[in-house]
Amino acid sequence: MKKMMLGNEAVARGLYEAGCTFVSSYPGTPSTEITKYAAEYEEIYAEWAPNEKVAAESAFGASVAGARAFSGMKHVGLNVAADPLFTAAYTGVNGGLVIAVADDMGMHSSQNEQDSRHYAMAAKIPMLEPADSQECKDFTKLAFELSERFDTPVFVRLSTRISHAQTPVELGERQAPPLRVYEKNVGKYVMMPAMARARHAEVEKHIEALGEWCETADINRIEWGTERKIGVVAAGIAYQTAREAFGDTASYLKLGMVYPLPVSHLKELASKVDVLYVVEELDDFIETHCKKHGVSVVGKAELSPLGEYTVPQLRKLIGFTDVKTAAVTPPPPRPPVLCVGCPHRGPFYVMNKLKLAVTGDIGCYTLGAAKPLDSMDVCLCMGASVSSLHGLLKARPEMAERTVAVIGDSTFVHSGVTGLINAVYNQSASTVMILDNRTTGMTGHQANPVTGETLKGKPAPVLDLEALCRGCGVNRVSVVDAHDITGIEKALREELAADEPSVIIVLRPCALLKNVEKKPPLVIENCKKCKICLRIGCPAMHTAQSGATEIDESQCVGCGLCAKLCRFGAIREVN
Amino acid sequence: MINIVIAGVGGQGSLLASRILSALYEARGETVKVSEVHGMSQRGGSVITTVRAGKAVYSPLITDGEGDILIAFEQIEALRYLNQLKPGGTVIMSTQRVMPMPVLTGAMPYPEGVTDTIRAAGYKVIALDALELAAKAGSPRTANVVVLGAASGIIGGTDGEWDAALAAAVKGTHLDINRKAFAAGRNAG
Repeated sequence: MKKMMLGNEAVARGLYEAGCTFVSSYPGTPSTEITKYAAEYEEIYAEWAPNEKVAAESAFGASVAGARAFSGMKHVGLNVAADPLFTAAYTGVNGGLVIAVADDMGMHSSQNEQDSRHYAMAAKIPMLEPADSQECKDFTKLAFELSERFDTPVFVRLSTRISHAQTPVELGERQAPPLRVYEKNVGKYVMMPAMARARHAEVEKHIEALGEWCETADINRIEWGTERKIGVVAAGIAYQTAREAFGDTASYLKLGMVYPLPVSHLKELASKVDVLYVVEELDDFIETHCKKHGVSVVGKAELSPLGEYTVPQLRKLIGFTDVKTAAVTPPPPRPPVLCVGCPHRGPFYVMNKLKLAVTGDIGCYTLGAAKPLDSMDVCLCMGASVSSLHGLLKARPEMAERTVAVIGDSTFVHSGVTGLINAVYNQSASTVMILDNRTTGMTGHQANPVTGETLKGKPAPVLDLEALCRGCGVNRVSVVDAHDITGIEKALREELAADEPSVIIVLRPCALLKNVEKKPPLVIENCKKCKICLRIGCPAMHTAQSGATEIDESQCVGCGLCAKLCRFGAIREVN
Repeated sequence: MINIVIAGVGGQGSLLASRILSALYEARGETVKVSEVHGMSQRGGSVITTVRAGKAVYSPLITDGEGDILIAFEQIEALRYLNQLKPGGTVIMSTQRVMPMPVLTGAMPYPEGVTDTIRAAGYKVIALDALELAAKAGSPRTANVVVLGAASGIIGGTDGEWDAALAAAVKGTHLDINRKAFAAGRNAG
């Protein structure tokens, strides 16, 4: 039976069919849905961990215990999980251990577009790269087999267009191997220098063995075209784009494994075509391999290391000019915005009003950087709002009076809390505002330690952020309602003036959560056209031709923030 | 090979429309690939979904200038993805306006005469007030299915095929209201 599946859903199906029983992940676009779909299988225990490092280490533990285990993450999440994974390459596995990493070429929803293949080579962990949903499922299953056969974690590399494309998948039966025997094995699992030296030698051996395996594996295959002029080496989504661009006359080395890479296929294809292109988005990973083995290819000399490839871009290589499309004036851009009723809008309005410098973080609230809220000076990676503020204040102590770190609840738990401990320990007068909206918002409302339920929908203890901050040694912790802009301003003024670390928890559940009440739309009468209400950047408000503000009643959820700003009482609830 | 572009604003129901189209072509035994947008763009941003169906489909994306049909739930979004269409391609557009932030802040005007602009650029246009038709059919939230109904004549397919596709993609209690919305669009298109 065939079923249309997202690449991510197909990876989850692969987990199910391979008999994987343990999944731990942290959400991150474009990887999130793997774990969401995995959790829908009763046979799979699946959880949201506080961060990718915890998730990968938990999956490692389950593997040592003998289970087939998995963790899924986005490319920048792999940076967080890199520490355990580099050494898990040394320990190897008991039950198969598979790590999916989803790259985001084009940065649809990310802060960088790093190429995760370098991790495979750096950590000496083999990496498979599927090119459609069927392969997402098949390669996930294969990854478990390789993991157990070669005693190594295995990466499955995805990308936005693979993870978020639906293509048909042939469903198979679940074949669950029994839990493997758990045996204490200090030489294998306790990585002190003496044992690690021996294990490093094992890593080199199995990578060499995998190199031999990939020379004959059917996931690396040459697809001969009707002509012998153009040859293309590609994997993943780049393979699909190349097939569109060069058609059936060209010949392709379709790679299913991107580390280690085969040599014999390359030499064979190169010897039979006039010109061999390497089509790979981002870095020259395959190209470097080709050159190392003396295979002459055309790659980054002609193709960009930036973003996703398009068909016209690739066709230019073979002399096609751009497709003629009718030119129209580009319409106004439509950047993502904070939603109507969003609890982040109030605090950002206040920060803008007070002209504060803001160290920001990763989440919906990064959108507070955009006009008209326009309140962010720095945004680097998860957790960095708190730690970068600390460093900033050590270099410029005078900025403590007008600088605040802004971080969400999930992100604070992910990696903000360690920065807060540092601010207390090393004594900077940091003011940290936790925008606690009771969910992991941007990735689609995943449960986290503050939400009171698990990924499987079971009740869970609620992490008390206030007590956590006090436990870190912060004496000044206050809690304010996100729509109480007067209260937020008062708290900010007080805490910025304080000569010690402080935390303001700005609390209100995300407006999109199902249990959040929506009120009737507000109405405007006798608008004085001062436009102060527009400073909150609410998408339900705009200026009419008369110059007066209008509220779009199909969008307004009656949050009332705009009414609080109107000095003339012109905005009110419907009686 | 058929290439359909679905353009709209995050939350307007592009995914459901793509699932209905996908079900239609699957039932015909064609290979289908659909590219979706998840994540940041869903926060009120511009969203493009592509549906490709044929004997063999490689990329889930549509090459600029090779799209057959552009289904747009919003006027600006129709303009934004016009370059995906082949010359002479057809736009089926809801006349709904959702103001993007640069328009809300007064930095840019909302473009006027969008239908004429599209025609002048050499494309066919079917424009309809899908929001009103959806409201009449029972729920403004089905405006996406109204537009799809309006596109169904161009796309082709019998009433029975479309109804089966709707039933495959729409869950339980919402099916009836979506059937009404689809019919309203099909009659208007």
